[in-house]
Amino acid sequence: MTSPLLSLQGLTKAYPGVVANSNVSFDIATGQVHALLGENGAGKSTLVKMIYGLVQPDNGVMLLNGQPYAPAEPRAARADGIAMVFQHFSLFDALNVAENIALGMERPPAMRDLAARIREVSETYGLPLDPYRTVGDLSAGERQRVEIIRCLLQDPKLLIMDEPTSVLTPQEVDILFETLRKLKSEGTAILYISHKLEEIRALCDHATVLRLGENVGECIPAETSARDMAELMVGSTLQPPERAERDLGEVALDISGLSVPAPGEFGTSLNNLHMTVRQGEVLGIGGVAGNGQDELLGVLSGEILTLPEAVRLNGQAVGNLGPTARRRLGLLTAPEERLGHAAAPDMTLTENAMLTGSVRRRLESRGFLRWRDARGFAEKIIQDFDVRTPGPENAARSLSGGNLQKFVIGREVLQDPQVLVVNQPTWGVDASAAAAIRQAILDLAAHGAAVVCISQDLDELMEISDRFAALNEGRLSTPRDTAGLTIDEIGLMMGGAHGMEVAHV
Amino acid sequence: MIVLEKRPQPSRNWSLATPVLAVLATMIFGGLLFAALGKNPVEAIRTIFWDPLFGEFAFYYRPQLLVKGAPLVLIAIGLSLGFKAGIWNIGAEGQYIMGAITGAAVGLAFYPLDAWYVFPLMVLGGALGGWVWAMIPAILKVRFGTNEILVSLMLVYVAEQMLASMSLGLLRNPEGHGFPGSRNLNDYAAANSWIHQNAGLHWGVAAALIAVIFAYVLLNRHMLGFHIRLTGEAPRAARFAGVNPARLILFCLGISGALAGLAGLFEVAGPAGQITIDFNIGYGFTAIIVAFLGRLHPVGILLAGGLMALTYIGGEIAQSQLGLPAAAIQVFQGMLLFFLLALDLLTNFRIRLHKKEAA
Repeated sequence: MTSPLLSLQGLTKAYPGVVANSNVSFDIATGQVHALLGENGAGKSTLVKMIYGLVQPDNGVMLLNGQPYAPAEPRAARADGIAMVFQHFSLFDALNVAENIALGMERPPAMRDLAARIREVSETYGLPLDPYRTVGDLSAGERQRVEIIRCLLQDPKLLIMDEPTSVLTPQEVDILFETLRKLKSEGTAILYISHKLEEIRALCDHATVLRLGENVGECIPAETSARDMAELMVGSTLQPPERAERDLGEVALDISGLSVPAPGEFGTSLNNLHMTVRQGEVLGIGGVAGNGQDELLGVLSGEILTLPEAVRLNGQAVGNLGPTARRRLGLLTAPEERLGHAAAPDMTLTENAMLTGSVRRRLESRGFLRWRDARGFAEKIIQDFDVRTPGPENAARSLSGGNLQKFVIGREVLQDPQVLVVNQPTWGVDASAAAAIRQAILDLAAHGAAVVCISQDLDELMEISDRFAALNEGRLSTPRDTAGLTIDEIGLMMGGAHGMEVAHV
Repeated sequence: MIVLEKRPQPSRNWSLATPVLAVLATMIFGGLLFAALGKNPVEAIRTIFWDPLFGEFAFYYRPQLLVKGAPLVLIAIGLSLGFKAGIWNIGAEGQYIMGAITGAAVGLAFYPLDAWYVFPLMVLGGALGGWVWAMIPAILKVRFGTNEILVSLMLVYVAEQMLASMSLGLLRNPEGHGFPGSRNLNDYAAANSWIHQNAGLHWGVAAALIAVIFAYVLLNRHMLGFHIRLTGEAPRAARFAGVNPARLILFCLGISGALAGLAGLFEVAGPAGQITIDFNIGYGFTAIIVAFLGRLHPVGILLAGGLMALTYIGGEIAQSQLGLPAAAIQVFQGMLLFFLLALDLLTNFRIRLHKKEAA
C-alpha cells in the first residue's frame, strides 16, 4: 500500500456537553474520492473543520504526506494544498465572479489576469463560467462553480466538498461528477461529504461512516448496497414510510393565476402559478433553492398577500387574509427557516407553541393567554414527536436542528390542519427523524388533509407525494402523477441544467 | 486567552444577579473615583445611597424620591414596550412636554370653575397630547418608512419651541405682570394632581404603579404583549405568527407617547405647578436609561426608576454637602449604566479561559 496523502489518527474534539468526534482515524489516498458518510450531527462537519484548520482537535494527529499537519487557520490549510467548498456559499450577490474570487485570495492578481485564469481553469475542468457575470444572477449550480473554481485556482491536493449536490438538479449533478472524475484522474484527492447514498455509490472509491462522532466502519461503496450503508449510518434498520391507500376528496387548496412581484432585489417573483390539491393528497413541489420556494410559502401562509381569488381554501377566497385568519380556516404552514421564522430562538418551547397554536388550540381567550394550556400543548408535541429536550421551558435555540424541526412540524400537524404546507420538512434532519416527519405527513394526508410539500430532496418527494410539480424561476410546471416519473423528466421539469454547458472532458 | 461562549439559553440566575453586581461595581469604582478627587469614598457612597433614605433629613428626601421616580417609571414603562418590539421612541421628552401643555391648557380653559371633572379631563388632554405627538413619527414610519429615532428626537426640539411659545403667549398668566409662565395650578384646587403633598404623593405616582401592573399583565398574559416580545425577538417569526407590523408600530409609539404625556400632565399639575420655558428637565431622556436599567421588565423598571431617583437626589446632597463636582456625579451615573450593560453580556455568554496549545 502506498503512503496516504492525508492520515487522520485518533482525532478527538469535544464541545461542552457533546463529543463531536471521538478517536476518528482513517486515511485518504492520492487521487481517491473518499466519502464521509453520516447522519446530521454525526460529526462530519467538525471533522472537516479540523482538517481545514477552522477548529483545532483536542487530541490526535494528522499527517500530510507523512509530515505532521496541524493547521492553525484555513490560510495554513490552503497553503498546504487543502481546499474546501462549503455547503453554504460565501459569495457577494452584488459583485461579479472575478471580484468574488479575488476577495478570497491573499494577493489577487490584476483583474484581467485573474479573469483569464478563471476562463482557463473553468474550461480545463468543464465548468464554463463568465468571470464578469454578477453572482446575484447566477443559478445555484453556477454559484457552486464559482466556489469550486476558487478552490481549483489554488491547485489543491485535497478538495473537501460538503454536501455539494443538495442545491443541484440531477443534470447539474452529472456535470459536477464529470468534473470531479477529471480532477481525480489528475491525482487530486476528494473528500466528499454526503448522506445521499446513491451518489456515493456512483462516485466514490471508498467510504468512511461516522456515527455519533465515531468511525463505525469503512466500505467500498460500489460493492455495498445503499441499504447496508444506511443501516451502518443509522445503527439500526430503517423503516420506509408506509402509505395507506386512500381516496381523494374535494379540492381543498386551489391556486389559480397567482403572480407576486419579487419581495427583494434578489428575491424571486412568482409568475402565473396554477395548482390544486385535494383532500388526502400530497403534492410535492421540487426545484432548486431560490426559485420561488420561500415566496410560495409566504403566499400560502398569509405573510405575502395577493388578490383574494388567487388562493382558495375549500372554495373560499383567502388570498387577502393574514396568517391568523388562515389558521382559523385550517390552512397551516411550516417554513423552511426554523430559527427566526418558524420559531423564535430565544423563546421557550411553550412560547413557541403559542406562536402558531393560539387560534386552533384555543390557547387564548379574548386576547388573554392560557399559558398552562400552551405548556400542555408543547408537552404533547414533545411527546408525540419524540422531541429530545429536557422540557418545554427550554429555549428553542437549545434544540438541535432535527429536534426543533420535529417540534415545528409537530406543532402544525397536531393542530388538525385541513391544508398543511411544509417547506423543506427534513432539511438538516437525521435519517430517523426525517422518516418520522415523513410518516407524520403521510398519516395526516391519510386522515383527509391536503398537504403541499416543498422540498429540494427529490428522493423525499418521490417517497411521499402523489403528484409532483417543480418550481423553476418562479414558474410552476404542470403537476404530474409521481408514479412513473423518471429522474430525467423530473430534472427537465426543474429546469434541466439551467443552460449550463456539459463538461467536455 | 479569554473566550466568550454563547450559552445554549439565557441564564436566569445571571439576569437576576447582574443588576446587583452592576450596582456593587459602580460603588467600588465610583468610590475609587471619589477617592481620587480627595473625598472619603465611604462617606460619598453613603451620602448618595443611604442619606436620602435613612439619613437625618430623610423625611425631606423620601417624598422627593416619589416625585422624581414617578415620571421616570411612567415614561420608561411606555418606552419599554416599544423597545421590546424594536421600535425606538427617543422623543419621550417631547411627548412629555406636549402632554403637559395640552393637559394644562384643558385645566386653564376651565379656570376658575370648581368641578370634579376638570382634573379627569386634564388627564385625558395630557394623554392625548403625548399620543398625538408620538403619532407623527408613527404614521411617517408606517406610511413612508421614515426612521422613528430621528423623527421622534427632532420633535423634542419642536416641542421645546412650542413650550417657550406657550409660556410667552397663549398660556401666559394674565395676572402674571407680564412674566413668562402660566397660572400656577397648585393654586387651582380642581386642577391639582397632589394627593398628599408632604408625602410626595400625587396621581402620577399612582399612575406609574398602575402602568407597571398594566405592562406586566400585558407582556405576560396578553396576546398583544406576546406579539410585542415576539417582534423584538424574531421579526420574521412575528409576521409568521400573524403580527401586523404597522399596527404594532402605531400601538407602541402611541402608548409610549400617551404615558409620557400623562407624566407631563401630572408634573405640571403638581410638582412643577405651571408651564414655564424651562419646564422640562430631561425626564424623557433619563427614562430611556431607566428602561434599560430595568432590563425592559416592568418590575425592573420600577426598581430602576427608584434607583435613578436615588442617585439624583443623593448626588445633589453629595454636591452640596461634600462639594463633589456635578460632573463626578454624572460619571457615577454613567458607570451604573456601563456596568449594567457590560455585565449583561454574562446572561447570554459565559467566559472561558482558553489555553492556547503550543503548535
